[in-house]
Amino acid sequence: MNAPVITVTRAAIGYEGRTVLRDISLTVTSGEVVAVLGANGSGKSTLTRAVLGLVPLSSGSVGLFDQPARRFRQWHRIGYVPQRLGAGGGVPATVREVVAAGRLARRGILRPPGRADRRAVATALAAVGLADRTGDPVSTLSGGQQQRVLIARALAGEPELLVLDEPTAGVDAASQEAFAGALQEFVAGGGTVLLVAHELGPLRPLISRAVVVHAGGIAHDGPVPEPAGHHADPDHDHVHPHGPTEPAGLWSA
Amino acid sequence: MELFQYPYMQRALIGALVIGLAAPALGIYLVQRRLALIGDGVGHMALTGVGAGLLLNRSPVLVAVIVASLGAITVELVRARGRTSGDLALALLFYGGIAGGVMLVGLSDSTSTSLNAYLFGSLSTIAPTDLTTIAVLGAAILVTMLSLRPALFAICHDEEYARVSGLPVRALNLLLAVATAVTVTIAMRAVGVLLISALMVVPVAAAQQVTRGFRSTMTAAMALGLFAAGSGVYVAANADTAPGASVVLMAIASFAVVALGGAGWRILRRRRVAAPDTPAVEPHEVVLSQS
Repeated sequence: MNAPVITVTRAAIGYEGRTVLRDISLTVTSGEVVAVLGANGSGKSTLTRAVLGLVPLSSGSVGLFDQPARRFRQWHRIGYVPQRLGAGGGVPATVREVVAAGRLARRGILRPPGRADRRAVATALAAVGLADRTGDPVSTLSGGQQQRVLIARALAGEPELLVLDEPTAGVDAASQEAFAGALQEFVAGGGTVLLVAHELGPLRPLISRAVVVHAGGIAHDGPVPEPAGHHADPDHDHVHPHGPTEPAGLWSA
Repeated sequence: MELFQYPYMQRALIGALVIGLAAPALGIYLVQRRLALIGDGVGHMALTGVGAGLLLNRSPVLVAVIVASLGAITVELVRARGRTSGDLALALLFYGGIAGGVMLVGLSDSTSTSLNAYLFGSLSTIAPTDLTTIAVLGAAILVTMLSLRPALFAICHDEEYARVSGLPVRALNLLLAVATAVTVTIAMRAVGVLLISALMVVPVAAAQQVTRGFRSTMTAAMALGLFAAGSGVYVAANADTAPGASVVLMAIASFAVVALGGAGWRILRRRRVAAPDTPAVEPHEVVLSQS
């Protein structure tokens, strides 16, 4: 068996007295691509945020790379892709500047970027197909392109584990394909992935295991479940828009 | 120009230039974090320090640095907890700060002119020792803001990502809070507590009308800050106007010029490329026809 990368043991998470998740146990081993599925509000994002230490546990424990998360310091081994890029206060930032932040975990805050840093940033941008946009302000990119910037930022740090929070929600098909390609390359290089998704779309062939979060617990842990109801229709392509159609660049609004 | 042969005018000019350079270098992080007006609040609290300094016969600037730092750290702790009541906590701190300052200055033997000097700035009364303080602290702020730019950019741009990167987010946030307090206090002598935020924010607001990246915005904001400080002092000396107000008005004038110029340039460029410009087409999100 491969080495465990993420170990969640009997974890419970709650906000202001309300329990969101209880008695969650989950192990992700090296080289796995695990999708956390579930309805909106099921707590699947909360689970991944707890793994990263962004949400405190009310009980139980999390381990990262065989160490208790509390004592874990090798953050360069983890690449995090949040749901969306924060709007910030309107100060422009170029694509390259945002992606370069992905090198900080590796190089520390005091050392200026060197040749290896610049090369890693260029490689990551090429992997998501944005090599020609490096000097553009991120706010001029479409929502899908901004999402690709975020995965490039995570890849730039050359991590062993990628944690992605709904990376393809509201993302155009071209960006979803670029995203799947970059992820495939990462997995082929031996990387481990924990991915939160509402729907898998083009990522589906990459997933080695699915965990379904339902009613505060894990309802399924195993192969990717077959779609139910009209989702199971052979003609159903799983490429329908979510909610009202959103204009490109919504995240920058 | 002969006015600048007097040492007090030279000190005024040098002090203003140091602040004009340092304030936007810090301010860009505050703007990015949507805390553009925090400098104003910290200035309010610094006034209590000034009052305490005058009352205790200690250096008002030094006591103000300490009080403003404590205040800024409190603000940061309230912000980090992210409670909605944080808004009211800030109001309590800010107005408590200015009321405390006015009361303490009143209790000391100082006249209302010294209160005015801190409220609206008093460049021409900068003593040689004051100038040393301003230069040393200003240089420290500049070096810190420039050398830690990647890390400070990361925490201001995406704080959660910075935490997952293992950056010392809390320490960097507190550093930013203390740097704000220090900048406010040294700028207090130049433009006064009521106008400090302008020097931190207006050059940044002007620069980002025409820049594309964070680094270029920072450089342009520092250049505009330097220009506003220099030209403001020059105008004040020749037209005998209040230096602090002149510096801030020059900064706002440069904002107007840059914003209008930027808008005009964009319109011109759009007109030039209008013909071949096709809108960027996103692929359909739904499958329109099955082949």
